[in-house]
Amino acid sequence: MTDGKLLVKDKDIVVPGEVLASGMGYLPGHGTYRDNDKIIANRLGLLTVDGKVLKTVPLAGRYMPKRNDVIIGKVIDILMSGWRLDTNSPYSAVLPLKDASFSYIAKGADLTRYFELDDYVVVKITSVTSQKLVDVTCKGPGLYKLKGGRIIQVNTHKVPRIIGKKGSMVSLIKKATDCKIIVGQNGITWVNGEPEMEVITVNAIKMIEEQSHISGLTDKVQAYLEKTTGKKIEIKIEE
Amino acid sequence: MSSKYNKRTNDRKFDETRPIEAKAGVIKKADGSAMFRIGKTTAYAAVYGPRELHPKHMQDPKKGLLRCNYNMMPFSAEERVRPGPSRRSKEISMVTQKALLPVVNLEDYPNAVVDVFIELTETDSGSRCAGICAASIALADAGITMKDMVVSISTGIIDHQIVVDLDGEEEHITDLDVADIPIAMVPSTEEITLLQMDGKASKEELLKSIEEAKPVLKKIAETQRKALKEKYKG
Repeated sequence: MTDGKLLVKDKDIVVPGEVLASGMGYLPGHGTYRDNDKIIANRLGLLTVDGKVLKTVPLAGRYMPKRNDVIIGKVIDILMSGWRLDTNSPYSAVLPLKDASFSYIAKGADLTRYFELDDYVVVKITSVTSQKLVDVTCKGPGLYKLKGGRIIQVNTHKVPRIIGKKGSMVSLIKKATDCKIIVGQNGITWVNGEPEMEVITVNAIKMIEEQSHISGLTDKVQAYLEKTTGKKIEIKIEE
Repeated sequence: MSSKYNKRTNDRKFDETRPIEAKAGVIKKADGSAMFRIGKTTAYAAVYGPRELHPKHMQDPKKGLLRCNYNMMPFSAEERVRPGPSRRSKEISMVTQKALLPVVNLEDYPNAVVDVFIELTETDSGSRCAGICAASIALADAGITMKDMVVSISTGIIDHQIVVDLDGEEEHITDLDVADIPIAMVPSTEEITLLQMDGKASKEELLKSIEEAKPVLKKIAETQRKALKEKYKG
């Protein structure tokens, strides 16, 4: 029992219950578990072989809060000492008073002066407990209350594709449409700009979401943006 | 013991199922969904969640809740099915939940709920088994963590002859003894998660029919996996 044998290929789609490897040579990572000398997938995903560790990258499912994620939350309740935010996941988050603003908020102050119900706020997750109690902060660069614009929801697992390598995809759209775009890790996305441009931005994001598996997507999105905005986009290749 | 039932009314082999078709991701709005068709029985399953559980007193801090709902459409059978929950549909919802529970890692979703809705658009016996098969594909499609995908089929014993996957016609044979035995199994561990029986059979026959169902169930498990992979093929 020294060698392990990989029974599927790297980057394969694996389904729950599928035996990925036999023998003790491999280690189970996220989305896999060990049953005696077998490693079995326990969720649908893309298999990644990282040295001796086997893990799966999820392709579907709801957003699960993770520490240090920047997300967009919606204020659903005002508490004694903070706000409750909907995070587009099974668990809501609490924004405590001390993490809400740089200025001092006195006890008993009117909290709606800072955040009103149904406001959208860009926040960062500071902690997630084992019981999935989520704490967030609004103190930090790029964390603030959103004013104007529109909110759309995208698949949380497609967020990296929408942002692109080093933000290449999202900056391409920003450049073409002059819209401000914030993509939360939870899939909630905020778009703000000229109304016509907002529509083009939303369509471009939907296009990325639907065709995320296609290679050469950046060129396709660029062609779409050039056609609809009537502008020529020059991308600088920064390395 | 020789059986009077030596040829099936539908010309199938004794261990042959009706044609099976499975598809994942058929309901866009759901977090996960699947269609499972076996012969003239079609089940659709939609999974929503994990999501926040209300009412709050039902929440469990140790693990999530799996809620299953089995429903036959009014036009799914020859006789109109009265809409709304019935004694039968409540029972099947309950056994479906119990059949799926051993594989779903509900500890990952404390205080939350995973809802499974199973709708049958046409039924010709074996509907709870089709429902369970559809539900496990839908759960996997929704990205729920689970140890394995449950498979289910009904076996039958017609005058001491073990037959796999009874259809409506066989179920209604009156001049011979018919036993209908729905079975659900976790393919990797061969753990039985559902076993019901309707009719008359000896202990030996029952045990033998479970053994005979196992290879058939494993074949269905392959169909389920293929259905999920098909969705992401490109």
